[in-house]
Amino acid sequence: MSNRTVHKKTLQKANIVAALDSVPHGIAFINSNLQVLNINRFLEALTGYTSAEALGINVDCILRTSLQKKINPLQQVIQNKESVVIVGDIINRARKKIPVRFTLAPMLDYSKSPLGVIMILEDLSCLQTSKKKKGADDVFNDIIGQSPKMQEIFELLPVVAMTEASLLLTGETGTGKDLLASTIHLASKRSRYPFIKVNCGAFQESLLKSELFGHKKGAYTGAVSDTPGMFGLANGGTIYLTEIGDLPLPLQVKLLTVLDDKEFYPLGSAKKVKADVRIIAATHHDLRKLVTLGKFREDLFYRLNILQLHLPPLREREGDLRLLIDHFLHIFSDPNKQVAAHFNPKTLDLLSNYSYPGNIRELRNIVEYGTTISRGETIQPEHLPRYLFSPAEADKPAGPPATPSLVQENPVQQEQTVNAGVHSWRDAEKQLIIDTLIATKGKRTLTAKRLGWGRTTLWRKIRRYGLE
Amino acid sequence: MIVLFVTLEDDIAPRFDLATEVIISRIEDGKRVEETRTLLLSTKSAEDLCALAVKEKISIIVCGAIEEEHYQYLQWKQIRVIDNIIGRYSQALHLLLHNKLIADSFI
Repeated sequence: MSNRTVHKKTLQKANIVAALDSVPHGIAFINSNLQVLNINRFLEALTGYTSAEALGINVDCILRTSLQKKINPLQQVIQNKESVVIVGDIINRARKKIPVRFTLAPMLDYSKSPLGVIMILEDLSCLQTSKKKKGADDVFNDIIGQSPKMQEIFELLPVVAMTEASLLLTGETGTGKDLLASTIHLASKRSRYPFIKVNCGAFQESLLKSELFGHKKGAYTGAVSDTPGMFGLANGGTIYLTEIGDLPLPLQVKLLTVLDDKEFYPLGSAKKVKADVRIIAATHHDLRKLVTLGKFREDLFYRLNILQLHLPPLREREGDLRLLIDHFLHIFSDPNKQVAAHFNPKTLDLLSNYSYPGNIRELRNIVEYGTTISRGETIQPEHLPRYLFSPAEADKPAGPPATPSLVQENPVQQEQTVNAGVHSWRDAEKQLIIDTLIATKGKRTLTAKRLGWGRTTLWRKIRRYGLE
Repeated sequence: MIVLFVTLEDDIAPRFDLATEVIISRIEDGKRVEETRTLLLSTKSAEDLCALAVKEKISIIVCGAIEEEHYQYLQWKQIRVIDNIIGRYSQALHLLLHNKLIADSFI
């Protein structure tokens, strides 16, 4: 047998369709009747439909592209046997419109007769987002903050993004853990692959198992088709497990196995599936405490806690409040919608004295509320939600006490942690200054250095709070 | 209640924003009580379609893919949206009359 024949035979034997699962573009095989024959794993993640569900269904119903015209470009490709590239969009099962570049190539047999079309979909959302940023060359620009604690995080982000190690994000509710996770994914080498978010607290144990690891058809009543599961869909990319503290114990064991072996068995399947996935987990619980209480496995905690980032609550982010207010104001102030353009000083004073137990999410809601309720140009105090004026309601504690904000636990940071029970940003800041002054035995230069401020800033704040 | 089906020939249209044809039916007690009306739209526009649904006092919209923004707007306008439907219009109507049409289904 000649070398040429051997090569041809090898190619015929190869399971090309399965190999395409690892390609970071959506690929669909479509027959001449415009029915779907197969879609690869990336396209499954992009559309929300599995290959099994899509089989035999008209391609327009599965991909929901903007290519639906009187003269269908797919039919033109089959007739002309020539490839075309079109930029358009799709709407996926989760109701998200995704800009896409379609490459349509004729699928021909060995006698050059058309069998159908191969459609390649390149997700352009990253490209368009970066264009919107007008020259911003950094995905980290999405995160707003200039406080010393946020600066520490910004310094760590590029390193954290480039590693493959599991990452644990901690922080009170509303501090921006989700945004941080997706930003780290976008800055990583895995950014061309899917970022899949799973809320571990949102499903029952049995459902979560199937949701995470997938199932085979007939694995249980109601399992009518094969489902790849979130780990399957995230292949090559990142899986973000939020509320990891709520993960049931039996599933913790399975997750640990996946982390160790990098492979898993879908429900009802005897065949192992490889999982090339980076795990980012997040929780607002104190996982160490859960370990002590026996509600979280110690081994899993250490496996996830290779890298840890703690997002500080808003009350500990000195100087960021005004930045965030302006940012949200810019988002919600649309001149076409006749919403307010700015806050009056009294309102700003009120906002800067509030403790924000719901952190940035709460601030965003307050700004949105204010811009919607105020009919005029300026947002007055009466345009703010009523609960801001009743301290008992407003100052309920939101989560566990803050833990240090660095990868490794740092005694200095621990000293800086704000005591529970503080009522507003001013109280928190005053307490922080007192605590640090005590720790440094009154040395102002050292205190300023530890707090990340200049000596003048510290002096000004000491005067403002009457600590002289 | 008045139901609006977003259609493309005999099928539920794959996309809400690209549809140029809708069928409006009045349904009561599991029966169609009024002749269906087919409207041909002059432009492809999700906004125009939303405005039409509000103007016609539609209670339920049956459609294929719809963007979250339009979905939320219709929900806010008290219009129930049964989306991600793949299949024939006649089958969708049949299932709706029997109160068995659910979002995200192949029919």
